[in-house]
Amino acid sequence: MNSILEQYKTVPESEVKTWFKAAPVSKFPENGGACVKVNDKQIAVFNFTAEGKWYASQNVCPHKMEMVLSRGMIGEDCGTPKIACPLHKKTFSLETGENLNGEDYSIAIFPVKIEEGFVYIGTH
Amino acid sequence: MKTILVIGNGMVGYKFCEKLMTKTNGVNYKVIVFGEEPRPAYDRVHLSEYFSDQDAERLSMAPRSWYEENNIELITNERVTDIHRASKTITTISDKEYTYDYLVLATGSSAFVPPIPGIEKKGVFVYRTIEDLDATMSYVEEIKKNKSDGKAAILGGGLLGLEAGKAIIDMGLETSVVEFAPRLMPRQLDNDASKVLQRKLEGIGLDVLLSKGTQNIEGGDAITGMRFSEDEVLPVDMLLVSAGIRPRDELAKTCGLDVGTRGGIVVSNDMRTSDENVFAIGECALLNHMIYGLVAPGYDMAGVAVDQILGGDSLMPTSIDMSTKLKLSGIDVASFGDALNEAKESESIVYENKFQGIYKKINVSKDGKKLLGGILVGDASDYNMLHQIFLNGMKIPENPEDLILGARGGESASFGSALDLPDSAVVCSCEAVTKGAICCKVNDEGMTTLKEVAGATKATTGCGGCKPMVTDLINESLKAQGVTVKETICEHFDYSRQELYDIVKLKGIKTYAKLLSTHGKGKLGCETCKPVAASLFASIYADTGNDHNVIQDSNDKFLANIQRNGTYSVVPRVAGGEITPEQLIVLGQIGKKYDLYTKITGGARIDFFGAELHELPLIWKDLIDAGFESGHAYGKSLRTVKSCVGSTWCRYGMDESVSFAIEIENRYKGLRSPHKIKGGVSGCIRECAEARGKDFGIIAVEGGWNLYIGGNGGATPRHAELLAEKITNEEVIRYVDRFLMYYIKTAGPLVRTAAWLDKIEGGIEHVKDVVINDSLGLCDQLDKDMAGLVNAYKCEWKEAIENINEQNNRFAHFVNSEESDDTIEFVALRDQKMPKLWA
Repeated sequence: MNSILEQYKTVPESEVKTWFKAAPVSKFPENGGACVKVNDKQIAVFNFTAEGKWYASQNVCPHKMEMVLSRGMIGEDCGTPKIACPLHKKTFSLETGENLNGEDYSIAIFPVKIEEGFVYIGTH
Repeated sequence: MKTILVIGNGMVGYKFCEKLMTKTNGVNYKVIVFGEEPRPAYDRVHLSEYFSDQDAERLSMAPRSWYEENNIELITNERVTDIHRASKTITTISDKEYTYDYLVLATGSSAFVPPIPGIEKKGVFVYRTIEDLDATMSYVEEIKKNKSDGKAAILGGGLLGLEAGKAIIDMGLETSVVEFAPRLMPRQLDNDASKVLQRKLEGIGLDVLLSKGTQNIEGGDAITGMRFSEDEVLPVDMLLVSAGIRPRDELAKTCGLDVGTRGGIVVSNDMRTSDENVFAIGECALLNHMIYGLVAPGYDMAGVAVDQILGGDSLMPTSIDMSTKLKLSGIDVASFGDALNEAKESESIVYENKFQGIYKKINVSKDGKKLLGGILVGDASDYNMLHQIFLNGMKIPENPEDLILGARGGESASFGSALDLPDSAVVCSCEAVTKGAICCKVNDEGMTTLKEVAGATKATTGCGGCKPMVTDLINESLKAQGVTVKETICEHFDYSRQELYDIVKLKGIKTYAKLLSTHGKGKLGCETCKPVAASLFASIYADTGNDHNVIQDSNDKFLANIQRNGTYSVVPRVAGGEITPEQLIVLGQIGKKYDLYTKITGGARIDFFGAELHELPLIWKDLIDAGFESGHAYGKSLRTVKSCVGSTWCRYGMDESVSFAIEIENRYKGLRSPHKIKGGVSGCIRECAEARGKDFGIIAVEGGWNLYIGGNGGATPRHAELLAEKITNEEVIRYVDRFLMYYIKTAGPLVRTAAWLDKIEGGIEHVKDVVINDSLGLCDQLDKDMAGLVNAYKCEWKEAIENINEQNNRFAHFVNSEESDDTIEFVALRDQKMPKLWA
């Protein structure tokens, strides 16, 4: 069970080696999320249209290890952009990956950039 | 820099570290903690939860990274073997030596195993650590493999034993609790309270044997039974011992510290042992000739030890509160103060209700002025207030029985307000937070929410039992400041759901973005207010789950119920439960085609499980082609109208319940509401459709239908109440229309009709006045609103399939690949399949 989580480590923008070309911007719902297959990994990408921002995280929710975060609901908690898991509404900061309900587990997050209408995800 | 060695990494040992870090921020002291178990400290109070989820992480007090961040060296799997007080050093089992300035013994306790002949046999376990639970669970599995009627026993009917008993039943063994004393929880309950609890436990299948002394454990290698007397043997395949604790004082003994004759490291009220540089805290410490086997006094001891080491003068109080409140498989049990009247200083007042399984007893001082203790079984909702009255020696009502019976007649409430407590009253005993500290955050620092106050004071973050009282204190303090307290949706909307309903309707707002920008805060909203808005748009404009897709709740977003492994279930509507053989055949073929797990739901329809996201539109295309419609099993909407077969077939039937149920289900299908709605129609008072357990229930009687509203099954069952008697089909529909519409307009988010009816001022009489007598002049509007929604119905799955956008298909797992999710795995279950369990 931990072997899945070990595949997902936060990538700070300064450490990006490759920008993975995911899909055109139009494929992502406004103010929602979608899942991108990055080689053998699943990355959830969130389009915060209202703020003009993008975030990405692991798609697996560390609470019950299901590949579902992209199907969750985005929002904010006192100014922090967050994602709520569709299974049990566990919420995570999309800036730091931190669990906002006070549990121990957190999620890995990845940088996103938009170039010429395409979404790119930063990887090692 | 001084060195503190902490021996023992249990709850109290951890709390010592936490309190030390809060006070010193980690400077000036080097801290090394030794734990004998492999993992860092975990919550033993909630150990029985491990039986159901095997989630050790969830029980953890703090992850290893916490110790690292605070520069605490945590050495687990390492037992300390010797203390050398002269040289102020210790040695461990791997022969390593460490020097200390202060030594803290938090060695806790071990399970007491009574010296019964044969107790060493295979199949006998103790109940203390996660490893014990793992061993117990794998043995249960072994028993179940070998026989279908395996039996287990728990030795000890204390609170831990009863929790363990419930857990073993849930694992599938017949279980008996064997207690030596003539009653359960002998330290907390009296005989009558024990009897009430016993009946409730027997109701959930736990066998209770009292006054049983075990003479011998029968069997060869492995246990086969427990012998109580020459001719009484209880056959069992395993035994879990939970017969009390023994303090772990062996290290203290060998280094010459004072220990009690029956065990325990002797400490004075500054938590120092007979050596002033050595402290003992928690269940290993013998204070006032007592071992305190509860976590709250252990935490207090940790606080005193920290303060003493830092040069303070904190002491343990002279009397230590041993009150407890817990839920045993959903049954409230609480005991406080001198519950058993051991001091013989009080007179008792007892209330017992055998129908509901409720027992309440309070012990009042002989002058009738003070509350000295009490016991509550079956309903402990008054515990927090009674406990505070006891702790603070507060004045009690002239008629002390009001404390458990409520004030009968007259205006005054028996308790008054939570604000009547003295400022020094400890409201959260886990974190020792006083009423004064909580009110100060509200009155002086301007906090207004439970979340803020909990963040600032840590109140409610332990066992959570004080949450209702802390909420009351915050709300009452705000009220006293003249602030109106209302139930707002979330941080983004300062409105109740009812107010938002009116805003949306009157101003004609049609999108979430518009609602947020005109009446909310921020740009993003959250998972609480978005689904509320979606539900309002549905209830006002008949918008479906396909509209406003990104603000729909998990299930409405994909028009299906998300299940444990991220797959979905699919439920077509089968109005009234009437289904033709042809329809059954089609459903069977579809289930087979997509390899779905199939079962009949509680609402008498057919549920398919294990559909992957991308399969949903394919399955629904087939269903719709065969004439089925969405069953809205995923929505906060009308689910089913259950029916019995009625006068068309039944020889007792008074009216055609199936026909009426179908008509009603088809009328309200697609109707979205604050929470799900279920209905039932029975053809006679035998009530085979269980209609009185539904949000609306219709029962045929001589001369028409009786209509009941506000029923519920679930966690808080409630029978529906009579709204109107002997009415016609048309009247039933008129009143249900108005009742549902009134509920949809006025209820809070996720409030079922039962809770709504309980809360609404005036109760059922008020609702009668509104929907029958039109006391508010609303009926025309309610009728019109409902007619609009009924006429606007469309099958949202049909709509979803017609409008599917291959470019932006929300049912695709990936946006950049046609593949499906390869992490989903199923295993066989009987003749079908189920999601694979995580290892």
